[in-house]
Amino acid sequence: MIGIGFVYLVAGSFFAAAAILGTVDRRWSNALFHALLALSFFAGDRLGDIGNGILVLALVAIATSGRMKRGEASTAAAPQGPLLALALVIPAAALGGTVLFKQMPARVDPAQATLVALAVGALLALLLCHLLLRAAPLSGVRAGRRLLDEIGWAAIMPQLLASLGAVFALAGVGEVVGGLIGRAIPTGSIFGAALAYGLGMALFTVVMGNAFAAFPVMVSAVAIPLLVHRYGGDPAPIAALGMLAGFCGTLLTPMAANFNIVPAALLELRDRYGVIRAQAATALPLLAFNILLLWWVVR
Amino acid sequence: MLVLSGIAVIALGFLLRFHPLLVIIVSALLTGLAAGLEPLTVLARFGHAFNETRYVTAIYMVLPVIGLLERHGLQERARTLVAGLKGLTVGRLLASYLLFRQIAAALGLTAIAGHAQTVRPLVAPMAEAAAERQGAGADEDARADPERVRALAAATDNIGLFFGEDIFIAIGSILLMKGVLDGYGIRIEPFRLSVWAIPTAIAAALIHGTRLWLFDRRLARRPRR
Repeated sequence: MIGIGFVYLVAGSFFAAAAILGTVDRRWSNALFHALLALSFFAGDRLGDIGNGILVLALVAIATSGRMKRGEASTAAAPQGPLLALALVIPAAALGGTVLFKQMPARVDPAQATLVALAVGALLALLLCHLLLRAAPLSGVRAGRRLLDEIGWAAIMPQLLASLGAVFALAGVGEVVGGLIGRAIPTGSIFGAALAYGLGMALFTVVMGNAFAAFPVMVSAVAIPLLVHRYGGDPAPIAALGMLAGFCGTLLTPMAANFNIVPAALLELRDRYGVIRAQAATALPLLAFNILLLWWVVR
Repeated sequence: MLVLSGIAVIALGFLLRFHPLLVIIVSALLTGLAAGLEPLTVLARFGHAFNETRYVTAIYMVLPVIGLLERHGLQERARTLVAGLKGLTVGRLLASYLLFRQIAAALGLTAIAGHAQTVRPLVAPMAEAAAERQGAGADEDARADPERVRALAAATDNIGLFFGEDIFIAIGSILLMKGVLDGYGIRIEPFRLSVWAIPTAIAAALIHGTRLWLFDRRLARRPRR
């Protein structure tokens, strides 16, 4: 059955190719970084937990050495060929493939249908690009290597933050924070409880970079004991609005690196926090809206 | 309480602009030690989670296609497209993209767009071209900085995704909510959770749409040379 292993094979092959091209271009640190990423994608399941931990330490050592080079400037040719149509191949394949693959659960793992479709789309689009644009055989991987160097070490930051979340969970950080917030609420105030829950979701998401990690904590600390049991609120809107308050926090934190830091690198912004700055004026009023709606629903 | 030291490390480390990856590793180690875990246990837990979350990093497999298309002039083509659409402004372009992203995400189609797939190759250059036509970039005005336009394009993608996806009943966050509530003996249909994402989705479209409209107005008001 085709599943996540296929996706990792495709992504790992790209990292391996980037490593080889990096060696050819004498960008040693970048090459080593991408070689280790390729190793993780090809053989991560066989390295063992400690092995993977050492792999992470090696990646971080390279990243912090300051020896990774940024992508070289490149010049774009005058536009020719069906570029916009080709640019839509990946989105279209992701859409069509997801729908199609869900119909064939025996062949494609339904839980991974979208990622598999994305990988198929990336391969299909690359093939079509080479055929229709008559691009030189390695030019695609070379151009991709340049973009990957542009993103640099920020590429693994989301994965590292997710792993930090796992350590936080193991250490019981959530329970401690939840307990603190639970004790800070004035008794008898529905608005105080709604505020603590919504604000707590947002703040805890800012710290963890992920509303999913904040949700179970805030639900056990505030939502269930106070909003549902004491004030008799409907659990469905309480859960949904709490999660959405958390999403407002996601817009405000560098810890949500794949949404906030990686795009800043990808768009070559000088300001690493430029995307967060552009989001703040939407996130804060929206957080206030969620908290007010929450209070209105429970009261 | 000691386990919170990791959070302090993260906050201080980001504030003082230490290398973010180093800050994360130190925070993990400190948190683990404060909780009485062996350093090797922390390393193993960290490595295990890193291996389990590789799918986050898999998205870079689209980069060869994006890079190749850009080398053949995709961004220039996207700009030409904007030039052909009279009356298209940054605000209108990004507001349309916001609605598209929200509706697509509400139908469960979260991966058809994104920073690597659509923002960098298409939306950002189109927004920049529209802003230039509105007179941005002609002077030193910080508001009309092309960087701000690109950042706004990325922000619009995030906002459209976050406040659309929860309307879809089979998305991860809905399933997580259902699972957590199940743990307290509260049974809720996913549909009831997704319905409650609609008011916030509308509020997000209105708030962000207003900001985009104001951005257009500020560009129009600036003195032109």
